[in-house]
This record gives sequence, structure tokens and C-alpha cells, in this order.
Amino acid sequence: MIRDIFSRNRKHKYATIPNLASKTDVPEGIMTKCPECKYIGLTKELMSNKKVCPGCDHHYKMTAYERVANFLDESTFVSMDDHLETVNPLNFPGYTDKIKSDSKKTGLNEAVLTGTGQINGQSVVVAIMDAHFRMGSMGSVVGEKITRAVEEATKQGVPFIIFTASGGARMQEGVLSLMQMAKTSVALKRHSEKGYLFISILTHPTTGGVSASFASLGDINLAEPKALIGFAGRRVIEQTVREKLPENFQTAEFLLDHGQLDAVVHRASMKDTVSTLVKLHSKGENKNG
Amino acid sequence: MVKTLPFEEPVIQLRAKISELKDFTSNAEVDLSTEIQQLEDRLQKLETDIYENMQPWDRVQVARHPERPTTLDYIRDLFTDFIELHGDRLYGDDEAIVGGIASFNGQPITIIGHQRGRDTKENIRRNFGMPHPEGYRKALRLMKQAEKFKRPIICFIDTKGAYPGKAAEERGQSEAIARNLFEMAGLKVPVISVVIGEGGSGGALALGVANHIHMLENATYSVISPEGAASILWKDAALAQQAAEAMKITAPDLKEMGIVDEIIPESTGGAHRDPKRQAVLMGEVLQRSLDELLKLNEDQLVDTRYEKFKSIGEFIE
Repeated sequence: MIRDIFSRNRKHKYATIPNLASKTDVPEGIMTKCPECKYIGLTKELMSNKKVCPGCDHHYKMTAYERVANFLDESTFVSMDDHLETVNPLNFPGYTDKIKSDSKKTGLNEAVLTGTGQINGQSVVVAIMDAHFRMGSMGSVVGEKITRAVEEATKQGVPFIIFTASGGARMQEGVLSLMQMAKTSVALKRHSEKGYLFISILTHPTTGGVSASFASLGDINLAEPKALIGFAGRRVIEQTVREKLPENFQTAEFLLDHGQLDAVVHRASMKDTVSTLVKLHSKGENKNG
Repeated sequence: MVKTLPFEEPVIQLRAKISELKDFTSNAEVDLSTEIQQLEDRLQKLETDIYENMQPWDRVQVARHPERPTTLDYIRDLFTDFIELHGDRLYGDDEAIVGGIASFNGQPITIIGHQRGRDTKENIRRNFGMPHPEGYRKALRLMKQAEKFKRPIICFIDTKGAYPGKAAEERGQSEAIARNLFEMAGLKVPVISVVIGEGGSGGALALGVANHIHMLENATYSVISPEGAASILWKDAALAQQAAEAMKITAPDLKEMGIVDEIIPESTGGAHRDPKRQAVLMGEVLQRSLDELLKLNEDQLVDTRYEKFKSIGEFIE
């Protein structure tokens, strides 16, 4: 009978209801699922693997302090200018609160951490941008911290190394944020004129005003695999050119193909690569000189 | 007929009424001179009211006016013996930026500027004044050339921004802009930049690392267009008018922030109302600026430029 078709369903009296307790059995954060290949692994293992997915080599975003731990020799880092405080020059509603909450979240005063440190025993000045703080956008304090770090490198006569991660200029600071592009660049010019080395390491994402200033000005420009690097946003470009952009558009590999980068370097070998570059530029290396 | 802008509509209407009345009285046998006089007084009051209280959004409209004088207009009116130089020697010639050598009151000068088109056809050729990397690389080539021959450099800034296109990205738009900022910092000759229309973001700044930065009264200089800011901040490009106010993009704003050195006054209603007079006003400021900078030696030029940009920014120490 046709009725049986409907009545049969009702006979299922038991259904599996997932146990609420079992859901929370795994504490928050103990496992991490890779957004690229969906590989699920222990967060601890991921951290010991420099936040690179063992499954597909996806490079997770790093916080500034994680970079310090992974890139510099242990306990050599001394932070600079972490007392500078952001103001609200255009009186944008809610801007100060957003800065405060990001500051609390990241433990940074602004979207960049600067300081001195050593890499395999060689002194350098580093600036490490953190995309977890207002998307790493550049306002007055970010510009000032980077400029002072470059000046310190110039003063000490050591290489300047920057890890960039930024959505670009900080809208809420208007034209002042635009001018930070010029400010950081003039400082780098002075560092360069003295013959000192500047290595820029572009990480995901590096776009807008940051890519159009210091990020592109390294004597050597390196990038992490698959990092998004570009001037204008993908959507903006698609709207202007009215064509589908290639899948790998504005990735580190795309830039390498188009002659815009010196090399794409895996995070696991970044420290040694940079260390070797610094060594090759040190005066002591020139044995025949 | 000069295109009128929405905010000046009342003035235009009243002016039309007055000329209508005048026509009428000249043909008819009535004396309306007192009425005309009254209306003319009112017009004058209205004009001062409107033009002296221009809102940021009104200035944006004036800065974008299709008849507003462009780089080539100022070159024609202020310089003699201009010879345009083309190409970046790497890829091509970007007509969104023009550059060349000319004489300014007897002084050889290198001039570089963004160039918008007057009509649709020219705008297509010049890409609406939005440069590709080759434009910035041409500009840099001409700056280095100027440095070799110890010629001062004058840059006119007038762009919505660097072009956001696929080809521009492939050829390194970011690097081209960054390189200009970096190299301009070290130029051993006087560099003067004048924002004559829209100063849009990094695409404008790439001609703006100067010893002196001047701005026309109604020009704007911003990190992003008011439309762009509105769509990012409030997800609605229609709020551009509010964004223009909030972003502080006018000449007086930038003067207050210490970015701009001098504001060059404009004729009532904007530079397009009297381009010849505008060129004269521009020429006076350029000459004064140049006289000042020519007193400095090479190191002083580089050092003062460094200090100028180093001091820009607001924060608590």
C-alpha cells in the first residue's frame, strides 16, 4: 500500500543524538584543521613545525612574537619603541577602542614589533609586522616604529630585516598614513646610501601602501610560499579589467614568475637563508679585500 | 560653456535671471535698473556665501572639473622651450604621465606631471591620468637625468591613483611606486611638488617626495578616494560626501597637519574659471619656492627633505 511508504518512516523510534559532552571532549585549540588541505593535526605539532601544515606546506599566519621565537637566536631580541601610542587624528568613531582591543589581543602596542637581535650570532635590526593587529595596516605609529628601527640599523651599521604583513594604509588616519610610505622610504634610502644591507621578507598578506613602499625596497626581496602580494585588491582589478584573473594571481609564485622577487623561501629554511645572506654581506667575509 | 557643479547652481541661476532682465530692459521701454542693482548685490552676497564656504565635497567636485587646468596647461602658460621626453627605456611610454625639460624664467627645469585627458578620446589615450609602472619609471628616469645635469625638478600631481589593472600588477606597480619614493629621497637637486587636482594615494605620492609640497586651494590629497573610503568604512560608496569631510583631504587640512607648505589661491569658483590667472598665481609660488631651495647645497637639500617626512605623523611618545 502506498500509505506504508509514509507510515514506515515513523517506525524509526531511535535516532542517534550526538552526546554534547563528547563534542567538547577535545579542548578548544588542541587540534588545528588546515584551511587549505583540511588536514587535522595536533596544534603542538604544528607549532613545532613553524606553523607550516605537514600535509600541504600551507604557511599559517604568524604573530610577531612567534616570528621572533622562530627567526632570531634565543633571548637575543630586545624590543624598541613599544611605548609609542596611537592617537585618533581624524576623530574616527570607535578607532581608539579598536586599537585598544587589538593591543590587548596581540600584546603589541601597534601592528609592528621592532627591535635588535641576533641571527646565528650576527647582529641585525628587525621589524616584524603582525596581521592580527588591524590587518597589519600602517598608521603613524607603524611608520614611526619602522623608521626608527631603520635609523637604529643605520646608526649601528647593521642589516635591517623586515617581515611584512599588511593590508596597506590605515584608512582611519587618512593622509598621515599615506605619508608613512614616504617616511619609511626616506629612512631606507639613508640606510642604503651607507652601504648597509636591507632584506625584505614578504609574508601573507602584503598589499597596498606597504607593498608600494618598504616591502618592495629590499636589496633582496624574499617571500613565503603562496603569500598574497600586490598593489590593488583582486576585486578592484576584476572590476576594472572585467576579466577573470588567473588562480595564482598576486601570489608569491606569480611575482617570482614576473621577475618581481628574488626568491620564494620555505619558512623552514628562512632563518638559514637570511643568515647566509647576512654573512655574505659582512665585511669580514671579503678575505681578498 | 563651463560645466556647472551642483553646489554653485543657485549662483548660476541668479546670474541667468539678471542677464535675462538686462536683455529685457534693453528692448522694452521700462527702467528696471534699481531692481537689477538689487539682484546684483544679492548675487555678490550669494557668491561670497557659496564660494567662501566651500565644503570638502564641493572642493572634490572642483578638483575633478573636466575643464580644470592640467599639467600641460601649466607647462604651456609658465614655461618656455618645453621639450617632451618619452618612455621608460624598459617597456613603453605611459601617456598618463608627461615629462620633459623647459625653461622657467630662464632657469632650466625638469617638469613631470600626471596628465588627464580633456575629452573621452584623450582620456582613453591617457588612461584618465592613472599611470602604469612604466609611467613611474619614466618619471624616475627623468628625475635621475635632472640630477645629473643639476636641474631642479617640478612635479604636478593630478591623479585618482595608480592604475589597478592586471598588467600593472604583472609589471610591478608596487615596486615602481616604492622605487620612486626611495630614489626621490636621495635626489641632490631641489624638488617641488604641486597638487593641482586630485592627489590620489600612492599613485600621487610617487611624484611627491619633495622639498616643498604646495597645493592649489581646491585640490585634494588623500590616502583613498572619498568613494573608496565610504565603501570600505561604511560599505556604501554613496556616502562619499561624508567620507570627504571625515578624511581631511583639503588643502587647509593638509597645511594644518604640516604636510603642505603653501596653499596657492584659486580664482572664485575654481581654477577653471580663469586658467591664465591661475598660471600666474602658480608661477609666483614656484619662483619663490625655487629661490629658497636654490640657496641650499646638495646635502642640505637631502637632509631637509628627510626631516620633512620624518616629522609627519601623530602619536603619543
